[in-house]
Amino acid sequence: MNYTKSAMKALCIATMMFSATGVHAENKTWTRVSIATEGGFKPYNFTKPDGTLDGYEIELSKYLCAHMKVECEINVQNFDGMIPALNAGKFDAIISGMSATAKREQVIDFSDSYGSTGQAFATSKSGPLAALPEKGVVFSLASNEAGAVAEIEKLKPLLEGKTIGVQIASTGAAFVDKYLKGVVEVREYKTTEEHDLDLAAGRVDLVMASMAYLTTASEKPGNEDMTTTGPRFQGGFLGRGSSVGLRKTDPELKALFNAAIAAAKADGTIKTLSEKWFGFDVTPR
Amino acid sequence: MDWTFLQETFVSLISAVPLTLLLAVNAIAFGAVLAVGIAVARFSAIAPLRWLAQAYVFVFRGTPLLVQLFIIYYGLSQFPAIRHSPLWPILREPYWCAVLALALNTAAYASEIVRGGLLSVPFGQIEAARACGMSRFMIFRRITLPLGVRQALPGYGNEMISMVKATSLASIITLMEVTGVAARIISESYRAIEVFVVAGAIYLTINFLLTRLVQLVEFRLSPHLRQPVAVLPAIIEGEAH
Repeated sequence: MNYTKSAMKALCIATMMFSATGVHAENKTWTRVSIATEGGFKPYNFTKPDGTLDGYEIELSKYLCAHMKVECEINVQNFDGMIPALNAGKFDAIISGMSATAKREQVIDFSDSYGSTGQAFATSKSGPLAALPEKGVVFSLASNEAGAVAEIEKLKPLLEGKTIGVQIASTGAAFVDKYLKGVVEVREYKTTEEHDLDLAAGRVDLVMASMAYLTTASEKPGNEDMTTTGPRFQGGFLGRGSSVGLRKTDPELKALFNAAIAAAKADGTIKTLSEKWFGFDVTPR
Repeated sequence: MDWTFLQETFVSLISAVPLTLLLAVNAIAFGAVLAVGIAVARFSAIAPLRWLAQAYVFVFRGTPLLVQLFIIYYGLSQFPAIRHSPLWPILREPYWCAVLALALNTAAYASEIVRGGLLSVPFGQIEAARACGMSRFMIFRRITLPLGVRQALPGYGNEMISMVKATSLASIITLMEVTGVAARIISESYRAIEVFVVAGAIYLTINFLLTRLVQLVEFRLSPHLRQPVAVLPAIIEGEAH
């Protein structure tokens, strides 16, 4: 009994030492950065028929690497195992449409956000809600919560008694629960495709989902009648948006990425690239 | 074990029990009426009626309830003709779509159970009823159906329990019954075991009460299988004096 215990202890210490020497290096100066991406999450990142990678994040990575003056190598990895693989030292950064959530932040570090699509409404083109005011205007719950709340108050009389569809336990569901409870009737769906079907059938008047999703969905066959409407909300409890995932032991690399992202925001690169790939501005604010 | 979490979960899930019961009761009630109709149609002298009943049972017993639910809820609503029909106010509501799917499904299974029960009625009893001069309908109402139901009851009890559990599928069409609420709590708390254990216990309780109820009905319907009541000899004795 005692023997097994001490053996386990030794094993634990050995693993700790290995991981420490393998990954951690004090004040490392970065010259080469290995980046992991999924390669199948359009328009963030995807693999073209000829095998090369393309997408919003691929173009942005090239800009970030040039700004950081490092040589970058982008590898395709399974999204599922990315976080453990990052911590095991298989690559140095994740740029794969990964949202910085509180749960992930317990395990890895995140840079500042380089893209927040936010939550938006969609409705039927012929319906009465197609003409909601402030279409496409972005309200941030992080930098101007009072402004966002005032906008919601303005929407309330227009949404009174309507039925809204959201994905179960999604960010949109949390938003509706917090700000529109009692004003609208909420229906919760397992998948976003299902609330699109019910929007087309007229069972719900409105759906709320990520702007990136709604833009792609409204282009799908069968959703010809779907259109985004009203303002967009981002920040705060809606999440920080997509960020670069990094090991907690690499603060230098995080500082480098943050500086590069700030530059991309300032010179309009994020705006230009996101308008090219998403069709709207995803600059976090 | 986190008792406060279990308690909160229990309170949220209990509030969803009325919807689960309402779905089950409605589905079983509509289903039972339909089942008797189908079972009778299977004995009909008119061949097309028999074929129709057979085809119905074949289709609804041969496809998963989940698929039937999807077809009725998401499938039918795709046709503009249905969206503009007078049926739309009913088919628009997820609740009635769920009741419809559950009732149509249980009717197929239950009709076979009822048919088995009707077939088990001894021919001698029907012959005796005929000898008394009863009409065919009266024989059915007074002899075949009550005796058949008594025979079918244990099997039908199974089917009712299945239906109570099948209401959990209604959560996929946005109905927040017990399983729907459980799924929501899990996706918010990531604690599957506690929530599902509580949900399972709720279904277990409902089905425990249901089995007791079926047992009670079975007891009432089969006096011929019981010992004569003990007071009888006393009365006879009293008469002898």
